[in-house]
Amino acid sequence: MVNTNKTKKNNREDLEKIGIQIDADETTDTAEEEDDDNEEEDIKQPAKIRKKQNNRKSSKPSDEDEDNSDEDTKLKARNNRRRLPVQNGIRKNKNDKDDESDEEKSTDTAKNSRTKARNKDNGKGEESDDNSELEGENKKTRKNPVHNNNRNNRNNANKRQKDEDNKKVKQANSRGNRKGEKDNGKDKKKKGKSSSSSSSSSDSEDTLSEGELAKVLEEVEEKKMLIAAIRTKAWRMKRKLTTLKESQEFVEKFEGALGKGKGRKFYAYKVMMMKKWIKFKRDFENFKTSCIPWEMKIKEIESHFGSSVASYFIFLRWLYGINLVLFSLTFGLVVIPEVLMGLPYGSIPRKTVPRKEQPTAMDFSVLWEFGGYIKYSALFYGYYNNERMIGVFKYRLPLSYFMVGVGSFGYSLMVVIRTMARNARENGIDGDDGDFNFSWKMFTSWDYLIGNPETADNKFASITTSFKESIVDEEESQKDENIHLRRFLIVLANFLIFCCLAGSGYLIFYVVKKSQTYSTLEELTWYQKNELAEEESIKNKTLAMVNSFNFTNSTSESIPAIDPADFPRGPCWETGVGLEFTKLTVSDILVTYGSILVGDFLRALFVRFINYCWCWDLEYGFPSYTEFDISGNVLGLIFNQGMIWMGTFYSPGLIGINILRLLTSMYFQCWAVMCCNVPQSRVFKASGSNNFYMSLLLLILFLSLLPVIYTIMTFTPSFDCGPFSGKTKMFEVIMETIQNDFPAFIGKLFSYASNPGLILPGILLMVLAIYYLNATSKTYETANLELKRKMQMLRDEQKNRRNNKYTVNPMLQDLEDLLPNNANVNKPESNQIVIGKQPNEATRANGKHGKEMTLAPPPPRMVVTKPPNPRQVSHIPGQPRSGTPGSGPRRPSPGQSRH
Amino acid sequence: MGNKQTIFTDEQLDAYQDCTFFTRKEILRLHGRYHEMAPHIVPMDYTNEPDVKIPIQLITNMPELKENPFKEQIVKTFSEDGAGNLSFNDFVDMFSVLSEMAPRELKAIYAFKIYDFNTDNFICKSDLEKTLNKLTREELAPEEVTLVCEKVIEEADLDGDGKLNYPDFENMIGKAPDFLSTFHIRI
Repeated sequence: MVNTNKTKKNNREDLEKIGIQIDADETTDTAEEEDDDNEEEDIKQPAKIRKKQNNRKSSKPSDEDEDNSDEDTKLKARNNRRRLPVQNGIRKNKNDKDDESDEEKSTDTAKNSRTKARNKDNGKGEESDDNSELEGENKKTRKNPVHNNNRNNRNNANKRQKDEDNKKVKQANSRGNRKGEKDNGKDKKKKGKSSSSSSSSSDSEDTLSEGELAKVLEEVEEKKMLIAAIRTKAWRMKRKLTTLKESQEFVEKFEGALGKGKGRKFYAYKVMMMKKWIKFKRDFENFKTSCIPWEMKIKEIESHFGSSVASYFIFLRWLYGINLVLFSLTFGLVVIPEVLMGLPYGSIPRKTVPRKEQPTAMDFSVLWEFGGYIKYSALFYGYYNNERMIGVFKYRLPLSYFMVGVGSFGYSLMVVIRTMARNARENGIDGDDGDFNFSWKMFTSWDYLIGNPETADNKFASITTSFKESIVDEEESQKDENIHLRRFLIVLANFLIFCCLAGSGYLIFYVVKKSQTYSTLEELTWYQKNELAEEESIKNKTLAMVNSFNFTNSTSESIPAIDPADFPRGPCWETGVGLEFTKLTVSDILVTYGSILVGDFLRALFVRFINYCWCWDLEYGFPSYTEFDISGNVLGLIFNQGMIWMGTFYSPGLIGINILRLLTSMYFQCWAVMCCNVPQSRVFKASGSNNFYMSLLLLILFLSLLPVIYTIMTFTPSFDCGPFSGKTKMFEVIMETIQNDFPAFIGKLFSYASNPGLILPGILLMVLAIYYLNATSKTYETANLELKRKMQMLRDEQKNRRNNKYTVNPMLQDLEDLLPNNANVNKPESNQIVIGKQPNEATRANGKHGKEMTLAPPPPRMVVTKPPNPRQVSHIPGQPRSGTPGSGPRRPSPGQSRH
Repeated sequence: MGNKQTIFTDEQLDAYQDCTFFTRKEILRLHGRYHEMAPHIVPMDYTNEPDVKIPIQLITNMPELKENPFKEQIVKTFSEDGAGNLSFNDFVDMFSVLSEMAPRELKAIYAFKIYDFNTDNFICKSDLEKTLNKLTREELAPEEVTLVCEKVIEEADLDGDGKLNYPDFENMIGKAPDFLSTFHIRI
């Protein structure tokens, strides 16, 4: 509570600094608004506060007595200041208990006297009014017209910054009246420095008492926080720079002084390392941002086409980043080791082009189809040898192949999900869709990125239409046309869609069935024949292999081995799969580029140049230029990525092709967009679609993951090609590694872990966890909803008060009529008081809410009891009054109270 | 351009990096942009912090701002003298707030200032009308404008004083899904 208040204060204060005054009435109000600590208490116990104020007033005369002698006050003030932090703490505690002790009073007087002293020092005289209070300190300086604005505003500081800010004011004063101070200041002798904090902390240096130390430490921490957060402050740059400098100087000066004895050296060292670390981090950050490619290109597109088209290119860049990581994984851990350390081309059958194909292996038409030498290269699965370790480093290639294949899926999943989560967080709270329809249109529909006149024209037009549409909508909704018709139409539309879907589904089923019945006879036999032949050939080949091995073994090396090219070999289905995906990808690339070239570029050329001699205006008439099709392009990209994911396990080279594709596509499409597309006339909403594309990508990733994992888990790998040949299942490579390379107990551990008795409870636990999380999220959701409902009600209620109508909601009206007489009598006047007191108070402030809420009519109270977690309950005001007579039984149900 | 170090000292660059959301390179680029708008006024050497200001007409002619219907208002909001003349500090400030990295709260504060045409710290009906007319190039009929303004106030005004103060505005803008993506200028 305090924290939120504080941040709120902070914001408000910032606002005031740049000249936005939150509330005119607030400034004339009393101390209540000033101090956030007291603010809460005020709500609870206004009476006590009033008493307190009286007390303060009574302590007033003594202050003024003290003020009589300058010297005296100064000394005293200084003494008091030294004790300040401790007392502050005490004061807070006391306040919490609402206990007023002498100590507190003394703090008050101390503070007061300090203020006064300062004013005196300034030589501005005492023009401020007599009823100054503890918190009035700040106010006073604000009212005082002589201070310059910046310093002045700073005095509205909240608790956290108060000390520091006081110091600043002090410094301002001390600068102004340096002369006068020197006459008085005997304490000033040591430090001739004019640094910001020297005046107040000079006396703290020689006597490093515990309290002093703590205070300085605290201040240093504060300054550090200020330095870290200064960029988010809404100050003028000049002010930021000076404040930064001052704080840095302060930190510099006092940081070293904090440690004691031996600790000091260590502390200094720590501080130094910290600085170095920060510097390094910044350099690294600079380096990182300078590594982000195409920033200027995207900016140019953004300014021409608005943020939605640019979002496509940002998506493209993001995908490129992912693919780059996948690429470096695959090439670094699989392809390059195989090429460098594995057996060279031509050494074994799987690495050699068969004799039959050799004559055509270098033909372009064959290479174009990824046959010939490309098929028997490291780009495809079949090339890899099943040797467990290769090279001098004993690199376990099959294992690494498997791990990279699975790991790239894991990495992609993680990245996509993380991005989705971040997007969702940024979009954040979107429950209130209908609430701010017009406001959002008004304040967020202009895209500040637009820098192209044509796009700007389109944007103006689209904004105008959208306003007109919403006006029409609004008028219609006011007419309150029958909602039943609308519902009926919705149901009808859905029904029709369902019918279409069902019909097409049935048609597909029908056609497939029909074709099957037609072709049963011939096709099936052909298929069976085919299958048989394949199996036979494999068997033959295995036999031949065995024979040849026997042959080479029995007869010694005198007889030359068979040339690997002549070796019989089985069909390597893995390479086949990889090949198909590679072909698919390449043809997709070609089609995409071709369509851009023909559909966009040639059309643009045609429109541009034939327009001179055509009978109608081509540019604005029928063909016109193309618009950039965002959704089409994004979907194409996602589809392509799906193919990459699916194919990359069986063709490690595919990812390299994809990298090339994305790279060229970036430049090519950038060029095409800038040269032959026109901005869209229909403007997309960029924010909404972002996560839609992401979820589509996730879906595609999942879909492409399924078949790959399925083949890995169930199919037997080909016996004579690829890293897993000779194993019954691909994943056996893991078990093999565990058995051979790890100590025995790890193998045992794994066998225990893979025990169903352990796995089942694990799954059960996960399911339970999911269930639990789901349930909690649901309760949070309902709590949220309730709170929102309450806010809404509060708003309505307040609005009605303004309009002097008692209530709009007939439910509430009835309810109030039903209240017992005394309640009815009391309520209006208490409302009056509250409204009179703080008419423009921000409703968002929780505390204020509470105050209003207690006086609001009963319905909100209803909801209070519902939310499950205590924090929210504590936020919900009105709780204390739930026991009010007569309100309990007549609560309306929450559903009814909402309108 | 010559040597980097002649434009800013390292301390200056560090200070700017602390106070803005920019990297060193971007700050230098910003200076380049600032310089090229008025090469005869703006010196290349900023190490001694010269007091130079560029008038509003030149700033609003930047391609980044040229098409923006609120360009004058933006520039005025960030100029320290209120008349729209920007010193380099103001210039950096402006693009820092409008950069991608700036948090929502900061952006909201300045957005409020930008839409507050008469600088009375409230967005009142006249401000809304101005905003709307700029957004639609005055293509809406007067009664439509009034209707929309009334609607906006009805939606966003929490305390019912007939105008939007900052908390109202912040509450409204804090939930807007498009605010962050649109209130942003890449430099």
